[in-house]
Amino acid sequence: MLLCALSIFGIVVLIASELVQRSHLAWSSFGLGFFFSTFTDPDTKLTMFWDPINGHFSAFPFIYGTLVSSFLALLIAVPLAIGLAIFLTEMCPQILRGPLAFITELLAAIPSVIYGLWGFFVLVPLLREHVNPVLIQLLGWTGFFNDDNPTGLGFLAAGVILAIMILPIISSLTREVMSAVPHSQREAVLALGATRWEMIRMGVLRNARIGIVGGVILGLGRALGETMAVTMVIGNTPQIQRSLLSNGASMASVIANEYAEASSDLHLSALTEIGLALFVVTIIVNALARVLVWAVTRGAPARVG
Amino acid sequence: MHLPGCWCGQLRAVLRREWGETGTREYGEQKLRKSNDLRARIRTITDGGATGIAVLSTVLVVAPLVAIFVYLIYKGASSLSLDFFTKLPKPEGEPGGGMANAIVGSAVLLAISSAIGIPIGIGGGIFLAEFGRGTRLANMVRFTADVLNGVPSIVMGLAVYSLIIYRQKHFSALAGGVALGIMMIPTVCRTTEEMLLMVPHAVREAALALGVPNWRSVLSITVKTASPGIITGCMLAFARVAGETAPLIFTAFGNSNWSVNPNDPISALPLEIYRYSISPYDDEHRLAWAAALVLIVLIVVAVSLVRFVASRGVLKGAS
Repeated sequence: MLLCALSIFGIVVLIASELVQRSHLAWSSFGLGFFFSTFTDPDTKLTMFWDPINGHFSAFPFIYGTLVSSFLALLIAVPLAIGLAIFLTEMCPQILRGPLAFITELLAAIPSVIYGLWGFFVLVPLLREHVNPVLIQLLGWTGFFNDDNPTGLGFLAAGVILAIMILPIISSLTREVMSAVPHSQREAVLALGATRWEMIRMGVLRNARIGIVGGVILGLGRALGETMAVTMVIGNTPQIQRSLLSNGASMASVIANEYAEASSDLHLSALTEIGLALFVVTIIVNALARVLVWAVTRGAPARVG
Repeated sequence: MHLPGCWCGQLRAVLRREWGETGTREYGEQKLRKSNDLRARIRTITDGGATGIAVLSTVLVVAPLVAIFVYLIYKGASSLSLDFFTKLPKPEGEPGGGMANAIVGSAVLLAISSAIGIPIGIGGGIFLAEFGRGTRLANMVRFTADVLNGVPSIVMGLAVYSLIIYRQKHFSALAGGVALGIMMIPTVCRTTEEMLLMVPHAVREAALALGVPNWRSVLSITVKTASPGIITGCMLAFARVAGETAPLIFTAFGNSNWSVNPNDPISALPLEIYRYSISPYDDEHRLAWAAALVLIVLIVVAVSLVRFVASRGVLKGAS
């Protein structure tokens, strides 16, 4: 049993050491510049980042794509997830609570490739036909919504699909920390004459906020590493554009797209280094989130008593 | 209010006419009531607004799920046929064909991954809940398992690629199974621990009081009591990796022929969904939808089963 438990440490160490070994070539050829360098194409005079044929590799556009799509997803998902959690813990009639919790659980269990399939055939056409034109017309002046990509793929599509995917995890953790807030706290605020919303705001959210932040960070961790759904809707072009409607690529999507077909050792090594960066970042993000969630839920039973 | 000048007295007279005597008690109470009325109204409106927003966000969360399911059933059911389960895929662009090899391939991959993930996961869970309970080591293991659970599946694929494929020099089902197996470990481990912690202390103490050694009491009393929960936890992990695609792309790779040999590339349902959905042919899109429906039915059944067992309190019944 001890051996099984220790093997979990072993797995983490093994993953790290294998990734470090395989990415050594890229690390020794590009150094730290791998994450932010650019170069100019001699023929077209355009700024380029990623050119496997000529051996130029820079992870910059992928980091950008990952960050943009993940933050977009958080922007959409966090308010909805907290709203759902509030509804489920504080307002929901008892009959609805079970089915709704079950539905959000199901949402978490759908494989990412099915989200991608749905995103590719339903969400992307929907965005292309109905949402993007409106955004371009209303908010085109900000520069975030340019009319130069007719496909409907891109950062926005990736952000929306990611938001749907990380909603359940954020809302279930928020729910967990909110129900860890002792009932006496709620009753005390209500007894002072607060309305239900004031009770939720002052009695529940204020006590649960650290845990909620933890849940959000955990959702961020999921969004950063999410592969299939993003690969299918982000457009897979290594470029940096201000417009959210243009094609992009994320760290995970470039690995999924190119790894099986990469020919040169340097290409493989560069992709592995992106994977290593993703591994380190998600480990840090997840560890942070767990610590925050624990900080709230661990003390909970004692406080109830 | 202390206004200078000659119009001060006039203004005061006007104000007194309009608002009443400002210094009196009636005036104070009236003003308080008015502002309280207003504040109460604002508070009620805020309360209603917040409730509305919570309900709205619930609807917005449920809507995509319903949309996905309805569309999946509509598209998948119309493309599902007996051929899907019995035929091999046709060459690209030709209509017809099925996914028999992918279904078998998924089964082979899941068998390999279960053989790796379930024993290690259960062992780890038993350690966390029984032998190492409360120790610093157990806390560290639990933390690592939670963090490992959040490692992106594509990174798992990369690691297994460099561990096995890089040395073997060819894609293989074994590597895919190992990748999925590693992904199962944290889930199985944590659910096993949770289920074991639900077993009442009295059961343990009764066994120990009879002179049963600790290891024996853990294996044949605690684990046995918690076994329905542990099994459903395994099914949950099983369902989760059944839909994993990212770690398989460059480990199991996919195969358009029959293969059950763990040393050869093998096909899997999620891999085929990915491959077919980005192909230009309508017929292959239909196959992708059908495969997605089969996969989702498998997963929904597993998740519902877990929930059924948990809500029925199979474990609590022992207390």
